[in-house]
Amino acid sequence: MMALETRNLVKRFGGFTATHDVSLSIRQGARHALIGPNGAGKTTLINLFTGVFAPTSGQIFLDGEDITALPAHARVARGLSRTFQINQLFADFTPLDSMMLAIGERKGHGRRFWQPLAADREVAEEAVTTLERFRLADVMSEETRLLPYGKQRLLEIALAIAARPKVLLLDEPAAGVPEEEREEVLGIVRALPEDVTVVLIEHDMDLVFSFADRISVLAAGALFAEGSVEEISRDPQVKAIYLGEDA
Amino acid sequence: MTDHQAHALRLLTAKHRWRVWEIALWLAAIAAIFLLPSQLLILTEIVILALFAVSLDLILGYAGIVSLGHTAFFGLGAYAAGILARDYVAEPVTGLVFAGLVSGLFGLATSFLVLRGSDLTRLMTTFGVAMLLAELGNQAAWLTGGADGLSGISMTPILGLFEFDLWGRNGYIYCLVVLIVLTFVARHITNSPFGLSLMAIKRNPRRAAMLGISPKRRIVTVYAVSAAYAGMAGALLAQTTNFVSPDVLAFHRSADVLLVLVIGGAGYLYGGIFGAIIFTMLRDWLSVATPQYWMFWIGLILVAIVMIGRERLTGWPALLAARLKSRTGEAAR
Repeated sequence: MMALETRNLVKRFGGFTATHDVSLSIRQGARHALIGPNGAGKTTLINLFTGVFAPTSGQIFLDGEDITALPAHARVARGLSRTFQINQLFADFTPLDSMMLAIGERKGHGRRFWQPLAADREVAEEAVTTLERFRLADVMSEETRLLPYGKQRLLEIALAIAARPKVLLLDEPAAGVPEEEREEVLGIVRALPEDVTVVLIEHDMDLVFSFADRISVLAAGALFAEGSVEEISRDPQVKAIYLGEDA
Repeated sequence: MTDHQAHALRLLTAKHRWRVWEIALWLAAIAAIFLLPSQLLILTEIVILALFAVSLDLILGYAGIVSLGHTAFFGLGAYAAGILARDYVAEPVTGLVFAGLVSGLFGLATSFLVLRGSDLTRLMTTFGVAMLLAELGNQAAWLTGGADGLSGISMTPILGLFEFDLWGRNGYIYCLVVLIVLTFVARHITNSPFGLSLMAIKRNPRRAAMLGISPKRRIVTVYAVSAAYAGMAGALLAQTTNFVSPDVLAFHRSADVLLVLVIGGAGYLYGGIFGAIIFTMLRDWLSVATPQYWMFWIGLILVAIVMIGRERLTGWPALLAARLKSRTGEAAR
């Protein structure tokens, strides 16, 4: 069974077709990269997967289940989680608060209105473990907006992981991270659990080729090519539309 | 337990701990019973306004829902308590609970209006609901007394024990106890996982949804709780004055309570309380000092506060410290 699948997915904004008849299958446990020039519709596709937009037509399946009509939060509960290209964090929360929130919500504790946060030991312990894993434990009491960008990026990924996703969508995880913090972020991305299916949107070809086992190329909203790293890196047409233009 | 875990638990516990200024505030409020016996009527007014503002803070400060019609719940609570006392049961606590239920249910019923849409739509829908209710209250004179107001209320002793006295002493104590209890409850709610999720929804609804939070239910819940609080504040007014003026549903009350919260700062519960103290004292002082122009000064102060753009009163020291720090930092360079 495919972890994530789309059938004839179309998204139009007025007269503009951002996603054009995309049928994509992503296998369980894959490291799947989505590449394509700017404006190829990569982020739109992620937004369709996660329920930010409703598709104009077509269907989306998670683990074989049709999730096309589900709202964003219900898809998260079914194991689909994402990071954003531009950090979407809670600026004045501390990393600890953010993790308490993310883990508490996964466990369904978010409706508890009479329990002090400190009394939720189970969530607190997991929050700390996750913060340690993402090298955020030392800054857990600082306001998020004051953290270095690389740390914020790690928190962005940690929040997505806290949902214990089956499928994780990473939208340019290393974008904007300064060189000296980059390795820390990439290390975390590489160390993601193997059973988690990872879909990566990325511009950095070195990262794509070192990380992905399968690549889909998008151009003008449509699926242009798909194959292994080998195949894609050799494909002259891909080079022409993407590598040639962008490199 | 690792160091990090111990540190995290300390941080989380600290959130819930009573701060010195909180305790000082409540002690001062209690001391006023003995120290300011001639001021208890205005203090009662402050306490009622404070509770009303705390109620608004629950939706505005925590869930980010702006309202220009919050007095709908205040007024409804006042009428509910007034009518109950006039026609059925004149015991105050019963009336308080009844008013809370009526307003809370009305909040639940109208919460769908604030679920979606921009701040502007919310301002307009809440405003509209309050206007609707004001007109209903005005027209249903057989029930509400219409433009003459609801009179003929005569409260029995609180819980059958404490009679409302002429000096407003027991009235003040009653209102203060209600404010303390309800602030305590609100404090508990805002420090819970539920409270944290509200703050997350306010700050970044997109990300909140991506953590699996369904904002709808959370907003409906807090809106109903807030409405119940406002209703109880209205009940206190009806019970301590033995009268419900149609003015309880007037637009200026919604505006005043918003002003109170802006003065005190939204998002930490006590803003409503500090705001109510400052607002009432300012109004009283200005209306004596410059009877014709006091609105002018209130307006000026409002503009000044918003322009300075701080979030809350207690933020002042931190803000000043940050300014000084950056100054000295620049100077050092």
